[in-house]
Amino acid sequence: MQHRKYPFVFGFLAVPVALYLTFVISPFAQAFYISMTSWRGFAPPKWIGFDNYRRLADDGTFWKAVQHNGILLLVLPLVTIALALLFAFLINVGGGSRSGTMSGVWGSKFYRVVFFFPQLLAVPIVAVLFQTVYRPNSSGLINGFLMKLGLEPVGFLINPKLALWAIIAALVWQCVGFYVVLFSAGMASIPKDIYEAAALDGAGGVTLFFRVTLPLLWDTLQVAWVYLGIAAFDAFAIVNVLSVDNGGPDGTTTVLSVEIYRNAFAFSRYGYASAMGVALFFFTLTFAALTLRVTRRESIEF
Amino acid sequence: MTIETQRATSPSRHSTPDRGKPSTRSEARILSRLGQVALILWALVVIGPILWTFLASFKNTAEIFSSPWTLPAELRLENWSRAWTKAHVGRYFFNSVIVVGLSTFGTMLLGSMAAYVLARYTFIGNRFVYFLFVSGLAFPPFLALVPLFKVVQNFGLLNTYTGLVLVYIAYSLPFTVFFLSAFFKTLPGSVAEAAVIDGCSHTRLFFQVMLPMARSGMVSVTIFNIIGQWAQYLLPVVLMTSADKYVLTQGIAQISVNAGYEADWSGLFAALSMSILPMIIVYAFFQRQIQAGLTAGAVK
Repeated sequence: MQHRKYPFVFGFLAVPVALYLTFVISPFAQAFYISMTSWRGFAPPKWIGFDNYRRLADDGTFWKAVQHNGILLLVLPLVTIALALLFAFLINVGGGSRSGTMSGVWGSKFYRVVFFFPQLLAVPIVAVLFQTVYRPNSSGLINGFLMKLGLEPVGFLINPKLALWAIIAALVWQCVGFYVVLFSAGMASIPKDIYEAAALDGAGGVTLFFRVTLPLLWDTLQVAWVYLGIAAFDAFAIVNVLSVDNGGPDGTTTVLSVEIYRNAFAFSRYGYASAMGVALFFFTLTFAALTLRVTRRESIEF
Repeated sequence: MTIETQRATSPSRHSTPDRGKPSTRSEARILSRLGQVALILWALVVIGPILWTFLASFKNTAEIFSSPWTLPAELRLENWSRAWTKAHVGRYFFNSVIVVGLSTFGTMLLGSMAAYVLARYTFIGNRFVYFLFVSGLAFPPFLALVPLFKVVQNFGLLNTYTGLVLVYIAYSLPFTVFFLSAFFKTLPGSVAEAAVIDGCSHTRLFFQVMLPMARSGMVSVTIFNIIGQWAQYLLPVVLMTSADKYVLTQGIAQISVNAGYEADWSGLFAALSMSILPMIIVYAFFQRQIQAGLTAGAVK
């Protein structure tokens, strides 16, 4: 294996590493530098130290965006994981036991296929789909229904109190199926005899769920939480396409990613946008570290 | 294991009374029924908007407003042809297929080459290069947005397929290398040794022996990359600013904005249907592989 190894290794690595350095590593490294400059794109960047960060601290829009990311970070994983766990449990063990083996409810295969489908749709497509679902007159799916019942139409995306929740609901709609499949795989790897033993001891569905399924699924839950947290920090496509005025009405749905994009490509404040990017980077890092620390517990071998 | 299960549970209560107390049995049955209802409701929530979009794509504007819940009076295929040509869905579709096709191919080729070398050859700097790739998983792309735009601009690659394809490849490498190098490590070494003794070169060994052996892993990551790149929105929005180069996600978002001005709702529904339908067809055929491929990163 040793003959002429280095030319081969170099030949195989050269192109991928070069591409990766050019388009990924170098932009990331530059971002930290640009965040310390004032740069509008034409004249070369001017070094201003931490001024951008000081301005960030007083920027109301920035903190509003952070707050919305915070809400997303809390609500999106909580709702998605709760729904996905419930559905996965019903699909896999909801049918009760028969001759000692746990089985899913009737039609479980069908549900698994259908629930997963929205995951295949790109987020902007989902966003446009929900624009039509939420439309504030009789041509919207929900309001068409409400108005047939003689109720007032609801301005899901126009009402500042509702808009963020309507956006989160669309995200949940898209995400749940992926986690149903993920948790199903986790549940399938739990040995059936644990369920049998618990059922023989008289444990009902609820007890089985909280005492058997949940503890044994902990590692998968942790992964799900991190994934959804990262999605909550992003949220660019859904907010940019679904909300009124890219983060409106009146900034009530804006998130960091949208503000970064707006500052960079609408206002040409490259330095300031990069400072926001660095802030987002540290938020993400803190979140990941915290999640892994807080949720760490002894893993159960089975 | 389905209908019979439901039926079999009730008699089993009488025949084997020692299987738990009757109260927990009936409690379990009620829960099972409630669970069934919850599942049906969610299935309706998922299917409802999609089905409704398809119905609306054949209606005219008056029908969309007056009877949103009925079948279309006639199949107005002109909505679809209008969306395909006038709203340029065809063009956007073509752009997406070109970009995703080339970049997935490039990602798999370059990613598997790098992963293979990193997984099966010891050399100075191996760990460094590996961690360089894997660290890319931790960075949010928003951090790099401004410099990335400038880098692509300096190469003169803004608004070009080449530029977008190269950027897609670069941003898909971390996961691809991470996943495939773990996969190459699991392959047995004996076959490779035998091939080398027979005088096989390193390059031929990779393409003719190792790559075919890694097929299942390659399939998973390919699916993962195709779906990820097909859904990409941020990078094209930044790098493809001229309308004739838009990919499908950008295009649909644009059509939605225009539909607001022109009040062409049926055209929007047709465009939406067109972007959803291929996914349904592909999913119907490769449902198992797609679920496995997309969840591959999360399940060990």
